[in-house]
Amino acid sequence: MKIKTIVELLQARIICGANQLEAEVKNGFASDLMSDVLTLDTDHLVLLTGLSNLQVIRTAEMADIFCIVIVRGKKVTKEMHQLAEENRIVLIETPYSMFRAISVLHDGGLNAVY
Amino acid sequence: MEFRYEIEGGNFSRAGHASSAVKKILKQLNVDNRVIKRVVVALYEGEVNVVAHADKGSMLVDIDEQRIKIRIEDTGPGIPDIDLAMQAGFSTASAAVREMGFGAGMGLPNMKKNTDQMRVTSEVGKGTQVEMITWFSQ
Repeated sequence: MKIKTIVELLQARIICGANQLEAEVKNGFASDLMSDVLTLDTDHLVLLTGLSNLQVIRTAEMADIFCIVIVRGKKVTKEMHQLAEENRIVLIETPYSMFRAISVLHDGGLNAVY
Repeated sequence: MEFRYEIEGGNFSRAGHASSAVKKILKQLNVDNRVIKRVVVALYEGEVNVVAHADKGSMLVDIDEQRIKIRIEDTGPGIPDIDLAMQAGFSTASAAVREMGFGAGMGLPNMKKNTDQMRVTSEVGKGTQVEMITWFSQ
């Protein structure tokens, strides 16, 4: 699934990484628990989370996660934006709930990690 | 090569600085991306542990051609029962730490999973030391 499709399906706003709209991702993972995210062996995936703080971006940096979707209309801070940009991580905000965002992306063809 | 980083207890906005710096060094050295991920995930978990539990700490990184050796040590409450702390799901983290997305009792087990050798020593009331070694080629 292309990043631009994710943005369309989630009626989302792209915060940074707009130059990577054509990039492809195969898998998605959803959690508010960064400890869980850090146990994944898969990388280059989309992370959906309701948590909006700097550690989400740090976690993505360490775990080689390519794209983060912040759900439930939570706002990205300036520090998060800056750190995501430095690490070439695509950052997206959607008004959808976690449940709705996951179901829309899964219906659209995004696979679960396991 | 040796590098040393200071870790500030309680300051979540800086948590990850040291791990991020080490990641950049390993990338410059052209270490395999899968190995880099294992090393930096373990480092970051360790760094978050110091931020979450200790007053202050440091990370000493020693890299040669074959391996990366890391020593994280802190001044803090220490771990009374290391075997219990190594169990997945056991946690003493505060509500504030959990709000940051950590404190699920996965840190130490995940560090062990992502390193080739790990040794934890601790003294209650004084602090904890973690030594980890990961080889660049398996």
